[in-house]
Amino acid sequence: MSEKLRVLVAKPGLDGHDRGAKVIAQALRDAGMEVIYTGLRQTPQQIVEAALQEDVQVVALSCLSGAHLDLFPEVVDGLKVQNASDILVLGGGIIPDDDIPALKESGVDAVFGPGTTTTVIIDYIKEKAKVS
Amino acid sequence: MFENDKLEKIQAGEKAYKEKLDKLTQKRPERKPEFKTDSEIVIKPVYSPSDIANFDFEDKLNFPGSYPYTRGVQPNMYRGKHWTMRQYAGFGSAEETNNRFRYLLDQGQTGLSTAFDLPTQIGYDSDHQLAKGEVGKVGVAIDSLLDMEILLDKIPLDKVSTSMTINAPAAILLAMYIAVAEKQGVSQDQIRGTIQNDVIKEYMARGTYILPPDPSMRLITDIFAYCAENVPNWNTISISGYHIREAGSTAVQEIAFTIADGLAYVKAAIDVGLDVDKFAPRLSFFFNAHLNFFEEVAKFRAARRIWAKLMKERFGAKNPKSLMLRFHTQTAGVSLTAQQPDVNIMRTAYEALSAVLGGTNSLHTNSRDEALALPSEESVLIALRTQQVIGYEIGVTDTVDPLGGSFFIEKLTNDIEEKALEYIKKIDDMGGAPEAIEFMQKEIHQSAYKFQKEVESGEKVVIGVNKFQMESPPPEGLLKVDPEVGKRQKEKLEKLRSERDNDKVKTLLEDIRKAAHTTDNLLPYFVEAVKAYATLGEICGVLREEFGEYQQQIVF
Repeated sequence: MSEKLRVLVAKPGLDGHDRGAKVIAQALRDAGMEVIYTGLRQTPQQIVEAALQEDVQVVALSCLSGAHLDLFPEVVDGLKVQNASDILVLGGGIIPDDDIPALKESGVDAVFGPGTTTTVIIDYIKEKAKVS
Repeated sequence: MFENDKLEKIQAGEKAYKEKLDKLTQKRPERKPEFKTDSEIVIKPVYSPSDIANFDFEDKLNFPGSYPYTRGVQPNMYRGKHWTMRQYAGFGSAEETNNRFRYLLDQGQTGLSTAFDLPTQIGYDSDHQLAKGEVGKVGVAIDSLLDMEILLDKIPLDKVSTSMTINAPAAILLAMYIAVAEKQGVSQDQIRGTIQNDVIKEYMARGTYILPPDPSMRLITDIFAYCAENVPNWNTISISGYHIREAGSTAVQEIAFTIADGLAYVKAAIDVGLDVDKFAPRLSFFFNAHLNFFEEVAKFRAARRIWAKLMKERFGAKNPKSLMLRFHTQTAGVSLTAQQPDVNIMRTAYEALSAVLGGTNSLHTNSRDEALALPSEESVLIALRTQQVIGYEIGVTDTVDPLGGSFFIEKLTNDIEEKALEYIKKIDDMGGAPEAIEFMQKEIHQSAYKFQKEVESGEKVVIGVNKFQMESPPPEGLLKVDPEVGKRQKEKLEKLRSERDNDKVKTLLEDIRKAAHTTDNLLPYFVEAVKAYATLGEICGVLREEFGEYQQQIVF
């Protein structure tokens, strides 16, 4: 039984913009969570494997290249196949409003766009994620 | 610059001013306890000759077009000709991007700037497993010479200069450009343009690296050598601070880390036996224009001075062109907000003005909708018109370096120079930029995190985000990349592979493999291979097999 929430911050696809991912990673860490950051260029499969291996309660995906509709749902599906649907999946980056319903439909719990404060994300995770 | 007795009088006057000011601020405190630039340089209420008391005009400023080029690289700057108005464009297929290029040229744009999609930038063909979802998204998909021919169709390559934002596979894209020009009847010594080709900042801040540092530096110096002999009007590298700043650095860090990268490239080229005055005239730079107006102007001026002095003193460069820091500027993407996006037009205009007052040689202005998507045609037009207003209507281009001699601007230029040189010294002590990547990444991240905390505490105001917020409907007419583009690229590749001379391609790829282990310049091998329609992914695949791939350290 771990007291701390464990979060995987991940960069699916080929996008190299990781300023936001790193800022979120540090903010979550400063808020007392255990944070693992995958680094760039992860396939959805690699992210699913890392999530299981690290035993996280939250996967936070960041993508600014426009590939979110292809990649985020694959992470959700991958977790489902591994019976790990209880893991909270969050998305962030440059994500047009029009795409948000489709992402939620696919099982992404929430999408945080540009201008979101780290406090909003921290509060959301604290409310929704379950410590195992 | 000032006589001593005059200076004493001024200093006495300054003392009296301070007393008056103290009385005032005790009664009515100022808006903030301290005013600072983005780089934490404290800003005084007013500046006077005493702030630049020992200022040596010839050493620090001089006239434009003269060493150390603080005031600009040409004697008359924009009185002769405006900066190149160059909007970065590219999305979807080569056909769509060719249409956007021709639209921009019709609207009075004076040079092209190509955005490639991520698979192209990382050396994967569109049908590679890792290209899924990325084809045509952030730029145009180029798999082979066939795509490049379509991209540049009906664009006269002897007249238009083309900048290509391509780094790790820059040599191969340049080879394709040379091959297309040749087909148009334009020889390689006539073409003009730029490849970004700056891999150190990819490791540090942008992420489209392929190979480890040593073979990457070899490709870069191969390009320097090949172009010095064969493509004399090509800018062989665009040493980029833009992405370092976007990743979160301050203005000082931006120029310090960029110049440190530049020094590493120059050293690498000299180490392989190239003559500094042969290749250095074709080095170019790329900076960000951010919101803190005067700091940005001073930053551009300081960068020119630092580069000129280091090239002269450290490398003994003698050709004046080797000492001139010529640069492209792009306004700050990170300063754009998704909230109230039309306000971004104003932000971009001020940023662009700082670049012009800082003497930029080329400029891209961002579009209002770029915090949300790739820009629509309408938004791009406003952005281009913003540059044209600065160039044609407001008179700022009628004299060179109009802010030169301002006590504040000169003091700020001096301060930025001093702080940047401290960083450069630190990086030198670590063995140069390639050895200091993690140090620089940490510094950038810390600045980014600090900025975020200042925005969240309200110390840093972002209109529409933490002040003057309002509910606004999401903007309409955002550009959507055709989701079918990935499928079409795959089909195109399949057709190409069935129609080309595959034996020839195989032989040429094996030639590259062998040459990789010699000291041969690889450029001629790439030119031959792309002419036979070997794909970008195939050529990069050979390089990956022979040289391995870079593994990024995770720093945050």
